Amino acid sequence: MLKHFVAPGIVLAALIFLPLVHSQTDKPRSPAPTAPGHDGWGRPIIPLAKDHKADPAPPHDISGTWEQPDASGNQVLGAKAAPEDGKPEHRLPYTPLGLEALNRTKPGNGTRSALPTEANDPVYSCDPQGFPRTDLHELRTTQILQTPQKVTILYQYNKIWRVIWTDGRELPKDPEPRWFGYSVGKWVDDYTLVVTTIGTDERTWLDRAGRPHSADLRVEERFHRADRDHLELTVTIDDPKMYTKPWVALDKFVMELQPSSFDVREMICSPSEFVQYNSLIGHTASDKDSH
Amino acid sequence: MRNKLAAISFAVIFVLAISVPLFAHHGYAAYDTDKKVTLKGTVTRWIWSNPHCMIQLDVTDDSGHVVRWITETENPTTMTRNGWTDKSIKVGEQVTVIALPVKNGNPAGRILEVVLSNGERLAGRVNPATQVKPDDSPKP
Repeated sequence: MLKHFVAPGIVLAALIFLPLVHSQTDKPRSPAPTAPGHDGWGRPIIPLAKDHKADPAPPHDISGTWEQPDASGNQVLGAKAAPEDGKPEHRLPYTPLGLEALNRTKPGNGTRSALPTEANDPVYSCDPQGFPRTDLHELRTTQILQTPQKVTILYQYNKIWRVIWTDGRELPKDPEPRWFGYSVGKWVDDYTLVVTTIGTDERTWLDRAGRPHSADLRVEERFHRADRDHLELTVTIDDPKMYTKPWVALDKFVMELQPSSFDVREMICSPSEFVQYNSLIGHTASDKDSH
Repeated sequence: MRNKLAAISFAVIFVLAISVPLFAHHGYAAYDTDKKVTLKGTVTRWIWSNPHCMIQLDVTDDSGHVVRWITETENPTTMTRNGWTDKSIKVGEQVTVIALPVKNGNPAGRILEVVLSNGERLAGRVNPATQVKPDDSPKP
């Protein structure tokens, strides 16, 4: 007789307590002295307190809405772990072909920065950033959705998304190039997903500093969930045509988990807004004959 | 008289500040980062959009000529971290804009700070409290 009540009892208990478990993940955070802005719904973003003790990370799970705590994901001088700031330790190991390709790019930033109207950064005409530039420029609020077959990443900048297949498939042989390439992921431990991407479009730059890549580019991303509230991303570039050895572009870049109610602001490259920007200030600032 | 007073109060104050490198990193090809200008004027346009937000303002110079300046901040997402919203600036409002001037002498600048008519100050670039790094270059 008792047996008849066990299964329904478990279901009933689950129905009662699951919402409580869910609400715990949305518990209010300790208030911080300053709030770094607002989400898309106008609600303040509250960073984690410095003495915040996070729960352990759930295994094989990097889902959630992740926010850079200090806006350093913008990476205005190029890949954060190797910015183009003139420091010798940040000089990349270019091959002769890589150096040639680099000299064709005219970024708006870094030691080689050009005037606004002379720069030839493809995103200035609202071309897709492509991959891996989505990690290496304007890496802002990042939403990660996960099923057993795939991890889907939704990026704030330009509201674009990409898929990482985790269903065990192999990378394609000689694929047709795509803006965001082809990605497969594998859990190397309970908290680390390693993603490999190939087949990216050569028209894209690696970062805002105009670092080039070839069709042979192979990118490794390591998503490591250090605890429940922190995700670290490391990106390594391997492109023997352009660089004599692999180099780390992003080194344990930290993102903080946001409440599931977090609404992501729109941030979209609009061609008409660029035209307006150019007509009002871009050309005014670049005009050499005005002085 | 009142108009005259108003004109005087709107008068441009160009302050070429002491030559201190303000933001010594690169990415300001169009801007003179060793100088700054202080502009008092009336907002004629406020554009809250990508790639960068812009304030256009009419400034009267010492000889009574009205000069239309265009000044830029950063993108709206970054600006919200500095406390700005799409309603921070109002057309017709008298404001003081402190900016880096462009090198070519045109009336254009990169906003460092805005002082509103009620005295409120808005950081155009870095809010030290939140350690927000600037989105540091104009895009064409």
